[in-house]
Amino acid sequence: MTAPPTVDRRPAPVVPPPAPVKRRVRRVRGGGLGTVVFLLPMLVVFGLFSWAPIVQSVVMSFQETNLVTAPTFVGLDNFRAVLADPLLWTAVRNTLWFAVLALLLGYPIPLVAAVLMSEVRRFKGLYSTLAYLPVVIPPVVAVLLWKFFYDASPTGVFNTLLGSVGLGPVPWLQDASTAMVSLVIEATWAAAGGTVIIYLAALTGVPPELYEAAEIDGASVWGKVWHVTIPRLRGVLLITFILQIVGTAQVFLEPFLFTGGGPANSTTTILLLIYNYAFANSLGGDYGSATALSLMLAVVLGVLSAVYFRLTRSWSAS
Amino acid sequence: MKSIAVLAVATAVLAACSGGGATSADGKTVVNVSLDPGLEQGAIDAFNARVAAFESANPTIDLVPREYKWDATTFTTQLAGGTLPDVFTVPFTDGRGLIERKQIADISGQVAALPYAGKFSKEVAKAGSTDNGKMWAVPIAAHGQALHYNRTLFTQAGLDPDKPPTTWDEIRADAKRIAEKTGQAGFAMMTSGNTGGWIATTLAYAFGGRTEQLDGDHAKSTVDSPEMVKALQAVKAMRWDDNSMGANFLYEWGTINQDFAAGRIGMYVSGGGNYGSLKAQNAMKPEDYGVAALPLTGGANAGVLGGGTLAAVSAKAPEPVKAAAVKWIDFYYLEKLTTKDAAVADAKTTADSGQAVGSPELPVFDKAAFDERMTWIAQYVNVPVKQMTPYTDKMFDQPLVPEPTRSTQQVYALLDPVVQSVLTDRGADIPGLLNGVQTQAQALLDKK
Repeated sequence: MTAPPTVDRRPAPVVPPPAPVKRRVRRVRGGGLGTVVFLLPMLVVFGLFSWAPIVQSVVMSFQETNLVTAPTFVGLDNFRAVLADPLLWTAVRNTLWFAVLALLLGYPIPLVAAVLMSEVRRFKGLYSTLAYLPVVIPPVVAVLLWKFFYDASPTGVFNTLLGSVGLGPVPWLQDASTAMVSLVIEATWAAAGGTVIIYLAALTGVPPELYEAAEIDGASVWGKVWHVTIPRLRGVLLITFILQIVGTAQVFLEPFLFTGGGPANSTTTILLLIYNYAFANSLGGDYGSATALSLMLAVVLGVLSAVYFRLTRSWSAS
Repeated sequence: MKSIAVLAVATAVLAACSGGGATSADGKTVVNVSLDPGLEQGAIDAFNARVAAFESANPTIDLVPREYKWDATTFTTQLAGGTLPDVFTVPFTDGRGLIERKQIADISGQVAALPYAGKFSKEVAKAGSTDNGKMWAVPIAAHGQALHYNRTLFTQAGLDPDKPPTTWDEIRADAKRIAEKTGQAGFAMMTSGNTGGWIATTLAYAFGGRTEQLDGDHAKSTVDSPEMVKALQAVKAMRWDDNSMGANFLYEWGTINQDFAAGRIGMYVSGGGNYGSLKAQNAMKPEDYGVAALPLTGGANAGVLGGGTLAAVSAKAPEPVKAAAVKWIDFYYLEKLTTKDAAVADAKTTADSGQAVGSPELPVFDKAAFDERMTWIAQYVNVPVKQMTPYTDKMFDQPLVPEPTRSTQQVYALLDPVVQSVLTDRGADIPGLLNGVQTQAQALLDKK
């Protein structure tokens, strides 16, 4: 049985012909040819340099290739090889350990700094500048500087400072138990400034009368922070929390430049493992495994991002 | 997601790139040739003069110099992206792997036609040849591993810099003394970027071991040999019993050279011809430098791990470019080893640009040809020759053993964490760690 044809019995509206200019605008807004022409350069650039390589990476994850001779399709072999690699689980553990340490160190420090700075009456700009300065320093330069500071001999910069108060020497990057912590300390120093600025901006949105009311109620400084500041910042706090997790899952620069993943793979992270698959072997690496692991990580981060959007929506609504 | 995207894009974009020579509008064969980056103007002029001379002798070939120097971190991307010059150089380590994977051009036909094709040193030729002896990459320089030492630290420690250690027990004793008397590392070792595996293999060879055994087409990994265990135990004793290995256990080639030249390391193992790099890149003071033969122990099987440089041609080069490329390899890289005028011109240019001439190296051909060339360039030698005699007096007598041939770099990479564990974990179980690597190494060799 077929549905009877629907007939619109309403009288056709009488529409005066639009002015030419208006029609052009409508065509652009309505997604006509004009829109496509305007979009074309961006679509070409985006498609050529962003989506095409990504699609090619996905294809490559099912191939065995050295990018010189013709590739061969190997089905899910690359995924199996990656999942069977004992280093993968070491890298996952290390990445999670980095994330935990980065949350413990890197999450509260900018918040505390921002709250303290917002309380300061004089030289506010100076403190903001000092807090943001590490962000301005090129990351590679910063890491090389810190590598020098982390010299594990008793005459190293940090060890000399520690030695002056009877501590150390600490092996810093040269021992599996301290290497990751050392990386996180530098990463926190390098990134905290940006987060401090976000918190400072959010803090300006907290109405002063709330603090006055809290003071009248006899709240201490801690009480004001706990009952006024943090609840008012919760949206920003959640965003920085999720962004930090996504960021730490992709940590690469610090282990790559500081330790190369050592000592004994104690700082090999997932992204460094991907890099090693692809580029550490000067004969041309295992590009199939590299793209397979990239794909798996992208899926995990995609799920995390979806959770993040869902959570932030419900937070915004509440 | 940004970093993943960048990596994904980097990997994929490489596939889209293309390279290789071509034919110019006037019908000439265009060949991209390698020129060392960062050269003084004099050296660039000298290179250009060689290019002009070649082009005048071969009017149908147009050479285009392109800056290139082999670097482990960039070579992979250049190779995969097809952005290497048509003629490029690689270390011996990579030769067999590149041939196995067909990532360089088969130039064996053209090489076989060269007048000296059959005169290459047998061991040296292996690095650039297939199992059945076809030469795909041409050896242009060779060296053996050696023990480099800082004469000034030796003196400060009360040791005689003219009598460097000749046994591993002496190395240990001298390292301990240097550490105690000067506060610097008595002995240091590379551990990162596959160099840990490279040096561990060097030590295993010196102790009489090997890391692979070839039986026809089958390769058996022997990275867990008793000799490798013994070598790493010697290192462990220096690190943990004597505390003579300093505080940096993440060295790679560049950083260990840097610290050695800066006087922070008493001794370390690296290629015998390393002085040139130490001088050019790390401002090594000639008076500090000494080099000695690597002590061999463990009987007749003990040997010095060899290394060197190969000239290769891009896999994407068409036939005319391949033929022209081999002509250039012959003209530029090998003529200075085989003819007097080219040898003298090259030595003069190198010396004039402030680079080292006369660093220890091993013959690419036979010893007689090597000695003859050394007499040609004698007046331009500018390295501290006398301080190198503890090595040069013995280097021809030591048995030279080529590097492992299968999955060499990958097995080195597997050994890096083992060496790092030995140096950073007092309780490191050497046989246990090597056993783990053995399984993975065998899997790599079986995969071939």
